[in-house]
Amino acid sequence: MVSVEHYLILSGILFAIGVIGVLTRRNAIIVFMCIELMLNAVNLSFVAFARHFNDMSGHIFVFMIMTVAAAEAAVGLAIILAIFRNRETVDVDEINIMKW
Amino acid sequence: MESFLFYIFGGIAVASALLVVTRRNAVGSAIFLILCFFCLGVLYLLLQAHFVAVIQVLVYAGAIMVLFLFVIMLLNLSQIEFGRIRNLALKVLGAALGVVLLINILGAINRPQLSEGVPLSEGFGGTAQVGMLLFSKYLIPFEVASVLLLAAIVGAIILARREF
Repeated sequence: MVSVEHYLILSGILFAIGVIGVLTRRNAIIVFMCIELMLNAVNLSFVAFARHFNDMSGHIFVFMIMTVAAAEAAVGLAIILAIFRNRETVDVDEINIMKW
Repeated sequence: MESFLFYIFGGIAVASALLVVTRRNAVGSAIFLILCFFCLGVLYLLLQAHFVAVIQVLVYAGAIMVLFLFVIMLLNLSQIEFGRIRNLALKVLGAALGVVLLINILGAINRPQLSEGVPLSEGFGGTAQVGMLLFSKYLIPFEVASVLLLAAIVGAIILARREF
């Protein structure tokens, strides 16, 4: 029997890897994929708690997070496409038109 | 058996997540992210969340990652884009911050506050149970999610238009 703590530790490791990716990578698409990784780590802890407390509300939350992630991926990738057309780059260090 | 599968697929998930962060090539990162999502789907099955496991594979590994791969291939990024190593100090700082966060999370988990698990009820995690909850207790969030998806569709089309 794997306890809920095991799943939480795995979820924490995945979340930290996602954070490291967002902080270290400069390619906007890879930064985006790391955000998806973090969302999935949170989903894992939701599902683990749902089983632990025998409460299926956690599954509904995962459902909602997936909906938001799909919407976010569609809009975010469209923004990246528009930026690439204007600037010919997806490097987040060079995308600074909103800076000043 | 459950712990065996947990360690196998949890290990693959962590390894592929590390590869997502370290691959130079964005296509390679996307492929390993798909592998990571499949492993998480297996873990959801181990947690008796059958419906969530299926939509994890269908929506995440199927739809969202295909969208990512489409955009990566549309952009046709040059190799120079991937190969540059700049701001090494900032990268080391970022990785160190991530490790500090991990230590904090693990410290929070290690506090023995969780009670014993509750035994599962009949039909836990199945489509019927999820549907019952979705159309009774969580009906309004469900409807709002459909509006959100509509807004995302319109937004994506407007942003991706050629003349924008």
